Amino acid sequence: MDQVIIVSFVLSVMTASTPLLLAATGELVTEKSGVLNLGVEGMMLVGAIVGFATTVHTGSSLLGVLAALLAGMAMSLIFAILTLTFLANQVATGLALTIFGTGLSALVGASYVGTAVEALPRVLFGQDALVYLALVTLFVVAWFLRRSHRGLVLRAIGDSHDAAHAIGYPVILIRYLATLFGGAMCGLAGAYMSLAYATSWAENMTAGRGWIAVALVVFATWRPIWLLVGAYLFGGIMYGSLAIQAAGAINLFGYPLVVPSQLVSALPYLATIVVLVVISRDRARIRLNAPACLGRPFHAAG
Amino acid sequence: MTGQAETTKATGTTVPLLSLTGIVKQFPGCLANDRVDLTVLPGEIHALLGENGAGKSTLVKIIYGVLKPDAGEIRWQGEPIVVQNPNHARRLGIGMVFQHFSLFETLTVAENIALGLTDAADRKGLRTRIAEISRSYGLHLDPDKAVHDLSVGERQRIEIVRCLLQKPKLLIMDEPTSVLTPQEVERLFETLRRLAKEGCAILYISHKLEEIRALCERATIMRLGKVVAHCDPRQETAKRLAEMMIGTALKAASHQARGEANGGPRLEVKTLNLKSEQQFGTDLKNVSLAVKGGEILGIGGIAGNGQAELMAALSGEMLAASPNAIVIDGTHAGKLGPRERRALGGCFVPEERNGHGAVSGMSLSENAFLSGHIRRALARNGLIDSGKTAGFADDVIKSFDVRTTGPSAEARSLSGGNLQKFLVGREVKQSPSVLVVSQPTWGVDAGAAAAIHQALMDLADSGTAVVVISQDLDEIFALADRIAVIAEGKLSQAIPIGEASVEQIGLLMGGMHGTSGGRDVASA
Repeated sequence: MDQVIIVSFVLSVMTASTPLLLAATGELVTEKSGVLNLGVEGMMLVGAIVGFATTVHTGSSLLGVLAALLAGMAMSLIFAILTLTFLANQVATGLALTIFGTGLSALVGASYVGTAVEALPRVLFGQDALVYLALVTLFVVAWFLRRSHRGLVLRAIGDSHDAAHAIGYPVILIRYLATLFGGAMCGLAGAYMSLAYATSWAENMTAGRGWIAVALVVFATWRPIWLLVGAYLFGGIMYGSLAIQAAGAINLFGYPLVVPSQLVSALPYLATIVVLVVISRDRARIRLNAPACLGRPFHAAG
Repeated sequence: MTGQAETTKATGTTVPLLSLTGIVKQFPGCLANDRVDLTVLPGEIHALLGENGAGKSTLVKIIYGVLKPDAGEIRWQGEPIVVQNPNHARRLGIGMVFQHFSLFETLTVAENIALGLTDAADRKGLRTRIAEISRSYGLHLDPDKAVHDLSVGERQRIEIVRCLLQKPKLLIMDEPTSVLTPQEVERLFETLRRLAKEGCAILYISHKLEEIRALCERATIMRLGKVVAHCDPRQETAKRLAEMMIGTALKAASHQARGEANGGPRLEVKTLNLKSEQQFGTDLKNVSLAVKGGEILGIGGIAGNGQAELMAALSGEMLAASPNAIVIDGTHAGKLGPRERRALGGCFVPEERNGHGAVSGMSLSENAFLSGHIRRALARNGLIDSGKTAGFADDVIKSFDVRTTGPSAEARSLSGGNLQKFLVGREVKQSPSVLVVSQPTWGVDAGAAAAIHQALMDLADSGTAVVVISQDLDEIFALADRIAVIAEGKLSQAIPIGEASVEQIGLLMGGMHGTSGGRDVASA
């Protein structure tokens, strides 16, 4: 019996943390190249509805996931063109992208509310492929950034685009690629929400997970392993808060303590941020890992 | 100027490694290069001499492929070429050490060097090769340190090693010696001479005329975007070279004959211990010093021996453990922040011009306000008095001959020397009781350096206690009344400048005051 509870706990935590992990991994790569894309939430929502609609019409969840990935990339391409080619302000453009994505997904998704799809097929331990893809991608990204030369170039561009340009690296091209990778990962995260987590579409269904993903990247001080910790922490508290909500009240020394449900729903967000703020207070580590050119436009002189 | 004939003769006998003809580069509002010709022969050490804004940096950026010329021809080993980008330049065999280092702050030394090597094959066994090169050329480097914790001098070594790893045919050095000790300069020169003997030509940009005379065989002198002279620097005096470069006679900074400095110390540091906040920083150990009004104390030392921490401790960016560790004009200031110390009369010019001394993206006016608003009362009822602020900035610009379009120009639009003149001027004009300057003339041309030196001396003559932290010993010997040396976070006794010899100071720099040998000496 206990074993069953533990297994179900672990699996639920993995499920709850996967969309965060996917989106945060993508955002990490984007930010490491020096681009701050705050449109994660919008890209996730567009990925979610495009993946959902494609699955409904084709009956293939694989096509749905692919369509979500492309939709996320398309959204990030808009962002990249505006900020990297036309040098628009990255913060403002990212916020606009989120607002745009929220509105667009609600418009497209209006006719899909109430429709259900079959969940993504399970591949191992009752989990679908995206759960494992999220983990594998994270470790590949960690290895890529830490060990490979291309990863070093990416970090270098995020650190000082002027120096990278002076040495002769194509700053804008690499930032485009990093931004598109981020978009693709957000699209996948969205697909996971609609095709695996909820198996239905609801307006604004990501419920701020995109923002948590952005915060995770910062508080993990741009280190992939801490992303994992943060995402699983979020998933764990999410599971706990659902349990509390289901029970209706906490049993406190025999007295039922009724916690407002809004506060319980907010708990995972709150706790994740608090814990990560506490563990990321090391100034030297932030300086060592934060991309110095984050959010700064690059314009090659001459 | 017999150089013209000599050049023609020289190019007649050998195919030049590099020749530029009629290079023109126009920037908005300024003709940076006006039909510039330059010839570099294989294996020669060629000096490119000129004031800030003479167009030297623009020219070498064109050679290195960072900038594209508007007109003109570049020939490499006799073949006309267009240098597409720095990668292309490196493939041709051109290496460059930048004046404003092209380094990545958060990456380690080894990663920075790997980034400069575009060929994957070059990166095999990189760590051993870094170790080899740094040993054989005496350029000590720890491959695992992060760059942001390194001093300017250490950073430069990375750039040099990065170039040497590529076995260049032409090495461009943009002001390489500004932060090196005499011993380090001598070692660098040996490296460069050895490279030249091995057939690598060196294009050497510097304002230090004595160095050019000691090192270079030929010199091309630029002024306001044009080549004004060719010469053999070994045949000319430093004064003559300076005159060719500036176009007028150079005025040497003059020390007013000061009597005994009067009164008690205006700045006092008593057994200050401070743990560095940097990951690889140097902790300050029992640092004591006292400077009277009217006196200039020079603090020498090899880069990275605690200068950054001492500067931070004096300016209040790092607080001391006890209030009486630092005393400004009799007030215990050890636990006061920079604003309170400024209110007491302390003014500070940090080592980094861009980003620390000045906010690059803000106008000169705004930058003047940031440090001067307390002492010059530039704020009224909590609002910026923009008229008064612009007036203050304008006053600094005029009296320090800062070449710029006016107080509304962005700080980053100024060349290094001009921005430095502005920053020193901004503090001097606040008539401080104590002024602490770090590396006042790093990367600054002879004209601007002389102006800054004169301003510091005048300020001392008016009764201010001045501390100059510098790695340039010539500067300290020219400026200071007393000299102390910082090594591994410990400060030596201050010696009157008349009694100090370069050899003795060199030993102190190696940490020879009662402790084990300094790391740079030990590694040599």
